[in-house]
Amino acid sequence: MATTIPIQDVHNEHHADNHPDHHPTGWMRWVMSTNHKDIGTLYLWFSFGMFLFAGALAMLIRAELFQPGLQFFQPNVFNQLTTMHGLIMIFGAIMPAFVGFANWQIPLMIGAPDMAFPRLNNWSFWLLPMAGLLLIGAFFVPGGAMAGGWTMYPPLFIQGGPSYDMTIFAIHIMGISSIMGSINIITTILNMRAPGMTLMKMPMFVWTWLITAFLLISAMPVLASAVTMLLMDRHFGTSFFNAAGGGDPVMYQHIFWFFGHPEVYIMILPAFGILSTIIPTFSRKPLFGYRSMVYATVVLASLAFIVWAHHMFTVGMPIASQLFFMYATMLIAVPTGVKVFNWTATMWKGSISFETPMLFAIAVVCLFTIGGFSGLVLAIVPVDIQLQDTYYVVAHFHYVLFSGAAMSIMGGIYYWLPKWTGHMYDERLGKIHFWLTAIAFNVTFFPMHFLGLAGMPRRIPDYALQFANFNMIVSLGAFVLGASQLLFLYTVIKCIRSGAVAGNRPWEGAETLEWTLPSPPPYHSFETAPVIK
Amino acid sequence: MATEAHHYYVPNPSPYPFILSTGLLLMTSGFIFNINHYAPGVWMMLLGFLCVLYVLYGWFGRIIGESEGGAYSKWEDRSFRIGMIVFISSEVAFFAAFFGALFFMRRIAIPELASFDHDFTMYKSFTDAWPSAGPGGVVLGHAYEVPKFTPMSAWGIPAINTLILLTSGATVTWAHWGLLKNNRQQLIIGLFLTVALGIAFLCLQAFEYHHAYTEMGLTLGTGAYGATFFMLTGFHGFHVTLGTIMLIVILMRSMKGHFTSDHHFAFEGVAWYWHFVDVVWLLLFVLVYWL
Ligand SMILES: [Cu+2]
Repeated sequence: MATTIPIQDVHNEHHADNHPDHHPTGWMRWVMSTNHKDIGTLYLWFSFGMFLFAGALAMLIRAELFQPGLQFFQPNVFNQLTTMHGLIMIFGAIMPAFVGFANWQIPLMIGAPDMAFPRLNNWSFWLLPMAGLLLIGAFFVPGGAMAGGWTMYPPLFIQGGPSYDMTIFAIHIMGISSIMGSINIITTILNMRAPGMTLMKMPMFVWTWLITAFLLISAMPVLASAVTMLLMDRHFGTSFFNAAGGGDPVMYQHIFWFFGHPEVYIMILPAFGILSTIIPTFSRKPLFGYRSMVYATVVLASLAFIVWAHHMFTVGMPIASQLFFMYATMLIAVPTGVKVFNWTATMWKGSISFETPMLFAIAVVCLFTIGGFSGLVLAIVPVDIQLQDTYYVVAHFHYVLFSGAAMSIMGGIYYWLPKWTGHMYDERLGKIHFWLTAIAFNVTFFPMHFLGLAGMPRRIPDYALQFANFNMIVSLGAFVLGASQLLFLYTVIKCIRSGAVAGNRPWEGAETLEWTLPSPPPYHSFETAPVIK
Repeated sequence: MATEAHHYYVPNPSPYPFILSTGLLLMTSGFIFNINHYAPGVWMMLLGFLCVLYVLYGWFGRIIGESEGGAYSKWEDRSFRIGMIVFISSEVAFFAAFFGALFFMRRIAIPELASFDHDFTMYKSFTDAWPSAGPGGVVLGHAYEVPKFTPMSAWGIPAINTLILLTSGATVTWAHWGLLKNNRQQLIIGLFLTVALGIAFLCLQAFEYHHAYTEMGLTLGTGAYGATFFMLTGFHGFHVTLGTIMLIVILMRSMKGHFTSDHHFAFEGVAWYWHFVDVVWLLLFVLVYWL
């Protein structure tokens, strides 16, 4: 990538002739918005609300698991908590947060006036609260929320009450939202780049989102098909997953994980993009190995579609399939290693400063790597057969999804908050939030490795006495982790309300296009496209 | 890429997307009420459907107005094209999953069920053959008795339908040629024929379903065969229905004098969609009906 992008800052105040500027104010501004920045804000706040809600469910889970025995919840309610925690975190918190980043950043980073389809953009967002209503409303229908695990395996899923149908349709609606969002993102990136910005000059964040959008386009419809088959089996007498009719419950797992593994990458590739933006800025060096970073992302995305059965080693499959999926899964370590190497090499001999976004980025590189390693452990078939459905798996995917995806999101928020709001956040509060999060995260999830190796099963509200000490430590860590996110909320609100004026470019090492605009950027981001040389 | 000296068209704030989302929530929650036997389901679905219709009319009306009013240059046109291609790709993935289910049942699930050692299975007389409605048995407390059914033959209505759809693909291309040559008559006749063929296809398909349900004992409940047959052909039929409605809109717009030889994305988008539906049918014909 070009080390610096020379930019002719040609933004001017006169407005385009094809749209008179009369914009609704008050809440109608948000309902009717066709502005990528407003919609990005909506996405991010929605995501944060869902993050707190699903986080509260996690607090309840840890309260129940604080001690052995049944404290607060019946097993069925406990199952609802774990199920909905997973579903809402994935579909309500992490995915919308990244789409929020895409909305804010992609037009700013490629020099576009807005997204390619602004009204479609609005629709993609407003589908989400509707799906959220279905998911959260499910707690209040007879039988309670869906309790079959976020993976929704039949035959258990076939037997549930109305909330199971609500889950199916919530997923359909969120799927439409993701697909419409991806159409918008792909089109924006392919068609709205400023003159001179070739594909290989795009910021890494834009690249990772382009590839993520293609993953969404190929994976989300498959999930839609899977839940449609579940619906048909539940209510319309089909036998997709019923052996008596010639179907097979294992087939569900194949279809689901064909979606499910790419889904993991949908949640991590944009995080990689955020890291690849933050680390060069605070190392004051261009990203090391830009090209190899792009290729590694493409390879990761392609591998995502040929490893799904590593989630099903205990279900039973021919030895040749086990070997194939084991080795294919291990192959993922290669492009991931390229990325981790490049981030490290970017920092090498850089003049690094440790503002909050950089702290998050460095923590993610370290902690995500731990999650990657435990993933390699789980890829080994005989080991996986021991560890399947234990807390080792829970530890693994929280290292990937919390310290990988969620902490990248937090770092990205701190990084771009000055641009979005025009105000600086409080650096001291940000650092406190970071250290609380990073330490409490490890206290919460690192002991889970030991619990899993010792054989503690996941998704069970009670456990044998020998697991008691570790579980108490885990729960204490979780409570601190949960509480520190309220500090995050406070820091963000304080920044918006009363932060110091940030100026156009508060980070001296930041080289991407958005920093050439005022903070906050004007209504139509780049009224006239900048020229990139 | 933005090479034109032109401002990209960014539409004003719009209420339609929000109303569409609300309509979808009403329709889905009404449907959930319905299948769980709560009373107001039908009315919620109806209300939701009205919302959706209102939005389709208003939103697409607005887009057509903008298009005819000259708001879209080549730059916006390219956006629409990329967007449509990506959308059709997502549809491909949706159908691929159902074809995958068909493959899995035929080549993995049913052979496996039939391969168990006789001493260890309750499906003693079950053999690996297709079409299959499964071995029968009690699952989740529900006894499933293997229904008697006649499989659908490829060489009756399905073969005729194949001809119809292939012809309609040709007529829509012929209409496109007419549009490119500024021959409005050829455009309108071609589109009219395409719509007529689409409707003919749907009528024959409806007749085939009726025949299957009433005389052949072939229903959604006919095990693996019935499930894959009706879901695949059903979703395809749904897409043909949408395609036909879109073609009717395009036909009416053509008769009003819309589209020029170098500005007619809506026509091409619908034509692409129609060809996509065509290709899915060919796969269906070979993999569901014939083999
Ligand atoms: Cu996986």
